[in-house]
Amino acid sequence: MLGRSANGVFWMFRYLERAENTARLVEAGFRMALTRDAVDADDEWRSVIITLGLESAYKAKFGRACAGPDVFNFILRDRDNPGNLLAMCEAARTNARMVRAGITRELWESVNEMWMGLRDMLARPVRESNLGEVLDTIRRHSTQVRGAMMGTMLRNEIFNFARLGKFIERADNTARLLDVKYYVLLPSVSYVGSSLDNMQWDMILRSVSGERAYRWLNAGRMESRTIAEFLILDGRFPRSLAFCYSKIQSNLAALAREYGSEMDSHAILRDTQSQLHALTIDEIFEQGLHEFIAEFIAHNQKLAQQVQRDYRFYE
Amino acid sequence: MYTADGQVRPAYQRYSEWLGRQDRNLMRRKGIEAEAFFRRTGITFNVYGQADAEERLIPFDPVPRIVSGNEWRKLSKGIEQRVRALNAFLHDIYHRQEIFRAGRVPVRLLSQNAAFLPQMSGFAPPGGVYTHIVGIDLVRTGPDDFMVLEDNARTPSGVSYMLENRETMMAMFPELFTRVRVREVSDYPRHLARSLAACAPPATTGKPVVAVLTPGIYNSAYYEHAFLADQMGAELVEGSDLRVENGRIAMRTTRGYQPIDVLYRRVDDEYLDPLTFNPQSVLGVSGIMDVYRSGGITIANAPGTGIADDKAIYSFMPEIVEFYTGEKPLLPNVETFRCSEPDSLAYVLDNIADLVVKEVHGSGGYGMLIGPTASKKEIARFIAKLKAKPENYIAQPTLSLSTVPIFTKSGLAPRHVDLRPFVLVSPDRIDITPGGLTRVALKKGSLVVNSSQGGGTKDSWVLDD
Repeated sequence: MLGRSANGVFWMFRYLERAENTARLVEAGFRMALTRDAVDADDEWRSVIITLGLESAYKAKFGRACAGPDVFNFILRDRDNPGNLLAMCEAARTNARMVRAGITRELWESVNEMWMGLRDMLARPVRESNLGEVLDTIRRHSTQVRGAMMGTMLRNEIFNFARLGKFIERADNTARLLDVKYYVLLPSVSYVGSSLDNMQWDMILRSVSGERAYRWLNAGRMESRTIAEFLILDGRFPRSLAFCYSKIQSNLAALAREYGSEMDSHAILRDTQSQLHALTIDEIFEQGLHEFIAEFIAHNQKLAQQVQRDYRFYE
Repeated sequence: MYTADGQVRPAYQRYSEWLGRQDRNLMRRKGIEAEAFFRRTGITFNVYGQADAEERLIPFDPVPRIVSGNEWRKLSKGIEQRVRALNAFLHDIYHRQEIFRAGRVPVRLLSQNAAFLPQMSGFAPPGGVYTHIVGIDLVRTGPDDFMVLEDNARTPSGVSYMLENRETMMAMFPELFTRVRVREVSDYPRHLARSLAACAPPATTGKPVVAVLTPGIYNSAYYEHAFLADQMGAELVEGSDLRVENGRIAMRTTRGYQPIDVLYRRVDDEYLDPLTFNPQSVLGVSGIMDVYRSGGITIANAPGTGIADDKAIYSFMPEIVEFYTGEKPLLPNVETFRCSEPDSLAYVLDNIADLVVKEVHGSGGYGMLIGPTASKKEIARFIAKLKAKPENYIAQPTLSLSTVPIFTKSGLAPRHVDLRPFVLVSPDRIDITPGGLTRVALKKGSLVVNSSQGGGTKDSWVLDD
């Protein structure tokens, strides 16, 4: 396949994954804001903006106030935010169009329909009364895209590049989420264990659709170490780092089989994976969660770049 | 669909019976369904110079255009004859130029024509084929008369509509296809792949690798490029994916550069090779013409085929057909006045209000004047242009084009149509897909069917009778 197509399908799935994760985070923020009084609700929305790394762009436009509609419109559709959700969907669709001859008709149509649906829904500002519907639409379309992908695509290199994009992006998103929660959101260390702290953890779990699984596994105990363990090391949870890396490993292994040889990316993968396998959560906390995550994100990034080099995504 | 005295024409008999039994609302509902189908599939085109309308749909009309089996057999013979003549003509003008020596066509047509490429002189393309894909635009002017309005020998487009319109019709009216036997068009991509592979260049080793070259996702026909690559199982490449390597054109794959044998290019000659043609072009490949001339790649259609579908050459097609086939043309041309000739120019200027005047090198319905519907001002402007550069124009009488009903808000209404069948040429055979692209002028009375000018399309049926 063409290097440019490999790049196209890789980014198509990175954008799709990013869009879905963004929507989940907004959904979690929305849910949390509803259960708070007005002042605290603003705090919830501020957390969402910070978590997405949009704080300075948002502040430049709205100042310090974090009214719900301002925040979610900024995230979903505001042109002053170049990484808005509609733009992500558009980027996913543009890439899909570019690799149209490499993906199935069903997959293309599902991505195209997602974009068309969101473009219409997000043509006007979203109100609190229809935010739920918008988020629901995104989730349903994402599910449809996933179904079309898994149900119709040949399991060849195109599939593997797509999945690499997806899981590299997901690992990055989960890692950042955890880092922001742990190091940025809480006003000071004295808040650890407070109701604000618990609220924030709850939001994080919801934003990875993991609150139910976590509760089931931990009988409702909200404790940062257990949650971090769940999000980093629990290979059963589909948004954990360990899970993403087991997927990345199988996709890279499939590529090595198809191409008849391993590349530099395979070595980088083994490096990162050994970290995830060898360390316990206590050891991670001992070396510092923030340091651990920062290193993980850098490695993940390095892997993405190496894949792009190894398989000639660019000239 | 109907004869002059209001009888249903035989080819439409079964369709008309079926239609008579349908609920009026059905067609309206199906029209909406069809539009949603096209949007979802992404069968869109881009209109140049309209930023807000980046992707538009070509309106689709659910009433099919029907040609009987007998009419088609007759048509195919005429098309095949014409396409053979076109290829023989191209070979001749790039070699011995017998037709000029014989005085059948004036040699000045070449010297003034940018579509003639001196780089092609003395070179025979692989398999001897110049126009691998041809679209012949036909109009019906009487119960038994089809005429050729235009030949498309460069990179004819619209074949994806032929295929998708049929898919849409089958999805919307499955029961209709059990009642009326319509010949299949879906083989086209397979035939195209085979016919391209049959023209592989001398350097090919193993199974020929075919790729489709597109200018990219912002091109007006990108959908079609992707569609054809997908259907043929070929790579869809852009200029930036390609370079010359070891005397071959190679594409950058995930495993490194790999040679291409046949390039079905949807990029105009001018942009094909910045070293040979337009140096600003980023759509082509530097050096591809050298590789081509040394047998390293097949370019389809061959560069320089535009000379054969030029409107000035068109007017000589009856002579061209006769010269190369030794037969009378089976398909007549529309009467054409060459404004380069003083007598014709005088006639055109006197009768401009009744004529259609076209630019010799124009296409897509741009830069033409339709006398009967033009304003006085438009006519005056065109007369000035004509007088300034008469050799740039030809004129044709407005034809009494046949009509086919379209579905409108107030029921069925007649509109003018043309028909573009698609022809595939390989070294040993010519395949004509039974069907084609029917374009329809949606405005009442209008004769302009071009999609860039608000025309629509219909499914085109050739009956299996």
